[in-house]
Amino acid sequence: MTPSPLRSAITVIGLSIQEGIRRRVFLAVLVLTLGFLALYALGAHFAFQGAREFAGGEEKILDPKAFTGATIFGLAMFATLFLGAVLAVFLTLGAVRGDAETGLLQPLVVRPIGRTTMLLARFSGAALLSAAYVVLVYFAAWGITRATGQWSPDHLFGPALALALGVAIVAALSLLASTLFSVTAQGIVVFMVFGAGLTAGLLAQIGHAIHSDSLHEIGRVASWALPFEGLYAAGLHALISNTSGLTGVVLQLGPFGGSEAAGPGLIAWAFAYMLGVLAIAALAFSRRDL
Amino acid sequence: MDVPVLAISGLRKSYRGQEALAGIDLEVGAGELVGLLGPNGAGKSTLTKIACGLVRPSAGRAEVLGRPAGSPPARAVLGYLAELFRFPGWCSADELLRLHQRLAGSSGGAAERAELLELVGLGDVAGKRVEAMSKGMQQRLGIAQSLVGSPRLLLLDEPTSALDPVGRRIVRGLLEEVRGRGVAVLLNSHLLSEVELVCDRVAIIARGRLIKAGRPEELAGPGGVEVETGSGVRVFEGAAREDAPRIVGELVAAGERVYRVEVRHSSLEEVYLEAVGGQTG
Repeated sequence: MTPSPLRSAITVIGLSIQEGIRRRVFLAVLVLTLGFLALYALGAHFAFQGAREFAGGEEKILDPKAFTGATIFGLAMFATLFLGAVLAVFLTLGAVRGDAETGLLQPLVVRPIGRTTMLLARFSGAALLSAAYVVLVYFAAWGITRATGQWSPDHLFGPALALALGVAIVAALSLLASTLFSVTAQGIVVFMVFGAGLTAGLLAQIGHAIHSDSLHEIGRVASWALPFEGLYAAGLHALISNTSGLTGVVLQLGPFGGSEAAGPGLIAWAFAYMLGVLAIAALAFSRRDL
Repeated sequence: MDVPVLAISGLRKSYRGQEALAGIDLEVGAGELVGLLGPNGAGKSTLTKIACGLVRPSAGRAEVLGRPAGSPPARAVLGYLAELFRFPGWCSADELLRLHQRLAGSSGGAAERAELLELVGLGDVAGKRVEAMSKGMQQRLGIAQSLVGSPRLLLLDEPTSALDPVGRRIVRGLLEEVRGRGVAVLLNSHLLSEVELVCDRVAIIARGRLIKAGRPEELAGPGGVEVETGSGVRVFEGAAREDAPRIVGELVAAGERVYRVEVRHSSLEEVYLEAVGGQTG
C-alpha cells in the first residue's frame, strides 16, 4: 500500500529530528544557547545598573529604562535571528544536491514519496524547529530583560512571530540553494544573502537617520527583496512603537531600532515570497537528474 | 500476454549533448533475472536510474508494470540499490529498514525486518549502527533495504562490488530466491562469472547501445573440440559437440589412441570482449 504524502512527510520530518537528537545537534544548540542567555543576563544586569546611575539629571528627557531595555533587547533579537538562521541553514545543508552527491538521497527518493513532498517535509522540519527555537530564545531573553530591568517591549508577540517567519524564509532560501549548489557553496551563498539582507536593513536605517531618501529607498527595496530582514526590522520597530518623545526618536535612529513598521503588506509578501521560493525549489528538484 | 514488469523501448538519454543511451529496447518479465553488462560509461547505471525515476529520459519509453517509470505507482513496486549509496551513519540496521518500511508503506513490521536481515546474513547485527559496519555489511544492508515491501521489480546496480566471496555467494542465493518468488531482477554487474551463474538472460550494452542479448548459453557459442591423444593434445577450432564422434572416429582410424575428449564453449567473458571490442570506460 502506497503511504499518503502526509505520512511520508511526517516520516521525513521525524528522520531529521531523530538525526538532530542522535548527532547531538540539539544538545550542542541547547548548551550554546544557555551560554548565550547567561551572557545576555549578565550584560542586561550591568546595562540596567549603568543606566540607573546615568539616569540622574537627564531622566526627564530620556527614559533610561526604555532606552536600555529596547537597545539590549534589540541586540538579543539580532542574536536570536542570527542563531535561528544558522540553525535553519544547517538543518537544510546539502538537502538536495549535497545528499545526492553522497548517495544519501537516492534510496529515499525512489520510494513512493514524491520529490515535492520530500522537499516540503525537509522545509517543514527545518522551519518548524528554527521557528520554535527563535520563539523560545526570544521569550527567554524577554524574561531576562524583564527580570533585570523591569522593562517590556511595547508589543511582545508580533516581534516573535516576525522572527519565526524570518527564519522560515531563510530555511526556504537555503533549500532552494541546496537544489542548485553543493554543500559548501550552498552555505556560503545563503550566509552571504543573509548578510546582504542585514546590510540592506542598516542602509535603510542610516538613510532614515540622515534623511537620505535615496539611501532609505535602496535599503527599503533590498529589505523587501529579502523579507526576513524586513520582518526583523518591523519586529524591532514593534518593540518601541508606542515609545514617544526623545527616547522613541533616539531608539529609532539606533542600530536596533527599526524605522519601518510591518504593514499587512509585508506579512502577506513574506508568505508569498516563501511559497514562491519553495515552488522554484520544488521545480528545480523535480527536474534534477540524480 | 502478461505485461512485462520492466519495458524499455527506444530509450535515449543525453547529458549536455553527450549521448549516454542511444535507443535501448529491453524487457524483463516476472521471475526473470536479467544481467546488464557493459564497460564503464556504457549507460548501464543511467538505464537503471531511468527505470527507477532518478533520471529523466531524453526520449523513448520506460514502464514498470505498464506505469511510466518514476511515477508513484511505478516506484511503489520497485526496490533499488544504487552503485554509490550511503545510509545515515547514526541509524542501526533495524532502524534503517523501519524507515524504508514507512516510506514504502510496508506492513511487514518487525517480522519482515528480521527476515530480510537474516536473508543477507545480518540477523545478528540488527542493532549495529551503519557507521560501525564494514562496506560489505553496508552493501548487504542495502540489498535488504531494496527488498523492503516485497517489490515486484528489483534494480541492483553493482550489488556485490564490495563483497567478499562469501558475501557474493549469499547474494547469489538471495537473487535465486527472489526470482523464485516471481520478482523481476535487473542486475548491473562487472562480474561476468556471477552474471553467468545466476542470470536467465544477459544484455550487453556499449556506448549506449544494446550490442547483444540472450541466454548465457546461447551467447556462448562453440569453442572447438579438444582431444588428448597418445601424441599430445589437439584442438579442433570451430568444431561443435556434433562433430566430436566424427573427429574421434577419424583419429582412431588414423591409428591414434584417444584418452580424453572435451567440447569447449566460448565463455561469457569472450563473448563480452568480442561484443564491446575491448572497450573500457
